[in-house]
Amino acid sequence: MTAIAATPARSVRMPNLAAWLGVAPFFLFAMMFLIVPTVSLLIGAFQNHDGAFTFDNILRLWQPSIRLSYLLSIEVSVASAFFGALIGLALALAVLRGGLPEWLRPTLMTFSGVASNFAGVPLAFAFMATLGRLGFVTILLKSVGVDLYSAGFNLFTFTGLTLTYLYFQIPLMVLVVTPAIDGIKGEWSEAAEILGANRIQFWRMVVLPILWPSILGASLLLFANAFGAIATAYALTGSFLNIVPILLYAQIRGDVLHDPNLGYALALGMLVITGVSNLAYLYLRARSDRWLR
Amino acid sequence: MKSGKLGAWLAVAVGVAYFLAPLIATFEFSLRMRRGEYSFDAYRVVFASGAFQASFLYSTVLAVVTIFVGILIVVPTAYWVQLRLPRLRGIVEFITLLPLVIPAIVLVFGYIKLYGSSSILPLTATSLGADALLMFGYVGLGLPYMYRSVETALRSIDVRTLTEAAESQGAGIFTILFRIILPNIRSGILSGAFLTFAIVIGEFTFASLLDRPAFGPYLQLIGASRAYEPSALAIMAFALTWACMGLIQLFGGGPRTFTGKR
Amino acid sequence: MSFLNLTGIQKAYGPNKVVKDFDLSVERGEFVTFLGPSGCGKTTTLRMIAGFETPTEGSIRINDKDVTHLRANRRAIGMVFQAYALFPNMTVAQNIGFGLKVAGKPAAELQARVEEMLAMIKLPQLADRYPYQLSGGQQQRVSLARALAPSPQILLLDEPLSALDARIRVSLREEIRALQRKLGITTIFVTHDQEEALSMSDRIVVMNDGAIEQVGSPSEIYNEPSTRFVASFVGTLNLIDGKIVDASVGAVDIDGQRATTRRKLNGAKPGDVLAMALRPEALRLGAGSDDRNTLAGVIEDVAFLGAVVRVRVRLERAAIIVDTFNSGANDLPTRGASVAVNFGRDDLIPLHAH
Repeated sequence: MTAIAATPARSVRMPNLAAWLGVAPFFLFAMMFLIVPTVSLLIGAFQNHDGAFTFDNILRLWQPSIRLSYLLSIEVSVASAFFGALIGLALALAVLRGGLPEWLRPTLMTFSGVASNFAGVPLAFAFMATLGRLGFVTILLKSVGVDLYSAGFNLFTFTGLTLTYLYFQIPLMVLVVTPAIDGIKGEWSEAAEILGANRIQFWRMVVLPILWPSILGASLLLFANAFGAIATAYALTGSFLNIVPILLYAQIRGDVLHDPNLGYALALGMLVITGVSNLAYLYLRARSDRWLR
Repeated sequence: MKSGKLGAWLAVAVGVAYFLAPLIATFEFSLRMRRGEYSFDAYRVVFASGAFQASFLYSTVLAVVTIFVGILIVVPTAYWVQLRLPRLRGIVEFITLLPLVIPAIVLVFGYIKLYGSSSILPLTATSLGADALLMFGYVGLGLPYMYRSVETALRSIDVRTLTEAAESQGAGIFTILFRIILPNIRSGILSGAFLTFAIVIGEFTFASLLDRPAFGPYLQLIGASRAYEPSALAIMAFALTWACMGLIQLFGGGPRTFTGKR
Repeated sequence: MSFLNLTGIQKAYGPNKVVKDFDLSVERGEFVTFLGPSGCGKTTTLRMIAGFETPTEGSIRINDKDVTHLRANRRAIGMVFQAYALFPNMTVAQNIGFGLKVAGKPAAELQARVEEMLAMIKLPQLADRYPYQLSGGQQQRVSLARALAPSPQILLLDEPLSALDARIRVSLREEIRALQRKLGITTIFVTHDQEEALSMSDRIVVMNDGAIEQVGSPSEIYNEPSTRFVASFVGTLNLIDGKIVDASVGAVDIDGQRATTRRKLNGAKPGDVLAMALRPEALRLGAGSDDRNTLAGVIEDVAFLGAVVRVRVRLERAAIIVDTFNSGANDLPTRGASVAVNFGRDDLIPLHAH
């Protein structure tokens, strides 16, 4: 009998204990710096000063100033998600299926990768330099007779913030929706054609129905993305636009609500909204993946 | 389909205009520091500024530590899950999605509550503690991308065979991980590293609320008090992001997206 | 006037000619197969008939109408693709009804036709399933039903069985042929699999490098290959060199041994060396009668393939393969033994180089 033994499926020298020890740091990290802090906030949202259980904080989220804050956040998020999705989709479709030169695709993808990460304080600066009172484009338009600010436009408002948010929302849409568009197989277009359909019928009956879960899901992702964003808003509109993250920031910094538990409830509200949107996005993505297998 | 192509070109034209305008505007503005002529004075002032150097250095060092810790946490986990604990894959992936779902401001709020001065583990009370907290927060922010990069890279090599071959040569687990697995997933690690770097450098929310002297808060401060330097900084930030993305492309894989410093 | 006419078809991409001098007439109801290796131009020609490519030169006529420059969606042609190409967002019933819906047919008529098609492919129970829930074979049958539902004048099939398991391939090709016969629809089938081509077609067009090598019925292609390519592509083949001795009586010298062929040796002069084909199954071991050819050789190798025993016999320079039926007797021919091989005078086929 030779000394060659068959290698067992489980190596005897490394029992599963080593594996469990190996993943322990990850779970410890997750607990300490992801799960427990968040859960602690959620618990705090249901507590009052003395630590007793209460729904009070949640109910007090309904007060006018906070309610307005949520409404404003939702409006900004919906606006930037809607236009971001629309323009991003148009751009992606144009470059991927519009019959344009091949080199546009990698250019768009790379630029989208960069632009979707170019957010926060620098982005605010950039837009101030572009559309501020003395901004490049403002002055350019004034020279051809279009006075933005006289017409009522102001960068440091809802409209300005939405416009600024589009800078990372549009690229995000492009990146998220591209795999779905790529999934539209060339054979489908030929099959539709040979069966008598023209381009419009193909798009209406095949492409759009296939894409809509991805489009909707991506829009939800954009919504959640905008809802949780703070750095850009802080740098651009400061506390002028009292969106929820700004409110929360002020609360954390200086307890403007004079009630820490209310702050926790505020955070809970944010988490619920972004959580539900993201879950919906993941569900829709899974569904469209199934079709495009 | 002539009209289709025209529409496509129109969409691209609008896109290009919208995306290039702020870059051109900012760059142009950043050159206007010296009255009457274009110059790079704004950039010079920024680079010479002590505050800039200090905060940029702080963020850079923090980024490096974050990357290091991130690798230490992610690589063994991805390795063991793939090799021995496949059932854990679902929960691990769920955890890596958490930083994308939980807004940064909510997460840092949780840190302050849990590790604030009046809690059992008052990390925020000391400077070093707060630095550590910030670092762990950044590890969390970069986790989705680091994990996905490493996991993809691991899947492209035959982990099982490599491990068994090394074992049969008498290698222990640390040798296997650091001298055999790690070198083979270099591209995945580098991708994750550059993304983490890009996230950390410009991050504002965590740094500001934990009161650390990082680059993000510095940017915000400059914007509030100076005129031309913010534009120069914005261009530099854009160039830096572009460089990071370029380096990631170089090491394989397409553009990634993250929600770190919104 | 035949139903489908391709005249002088050429297709070039820049300097690259992928289809050259393609002429073909197809009768109504005929099942014609384009057979050839990858890159021979068979799919390109099919796509020109469909309308997805336009010929650089030449014309295509269907039912006496010139369709060469007609858009694909106006040709009333049905097509089955290799990758099924079923629309993933529609049920089986909706897929099948797509062509009729696009044409604006009323709902009742559409419904009836879809049911008819489902019955025809024997899958009525799958009407409300989605493509991702079906097996490959089922998807391909649905694809066939979808192509036939609008009652097209021609049916095109582009390697429809290549993506399927071997077992399903055989049953599905019988089904396709049976369906085609029942409907009497003119059909063009593209494949690289010679067994498919031989078993399904009325006629086969063998293609190589963009040009037609031979057009004929399956038995013509197999038994009377006109070129070396056709002979070697369809079935296994012995290719040997024969030196002409006397063309008028068909006397040929093979490796120093005399043989006679009854086939034409047009214009060949004594001393010319021609490539000749011998089918392995036409050869028999042992000495033959006087009106057959007999060659002497040595057994080099014996391979037991189940139903067939494949014997390689070495002549002086050439080796020929003899396929004999497994007789059930346990004694196989022995290696190294001297043996005679005999074959009929019609079995020695001279080939023309192409």
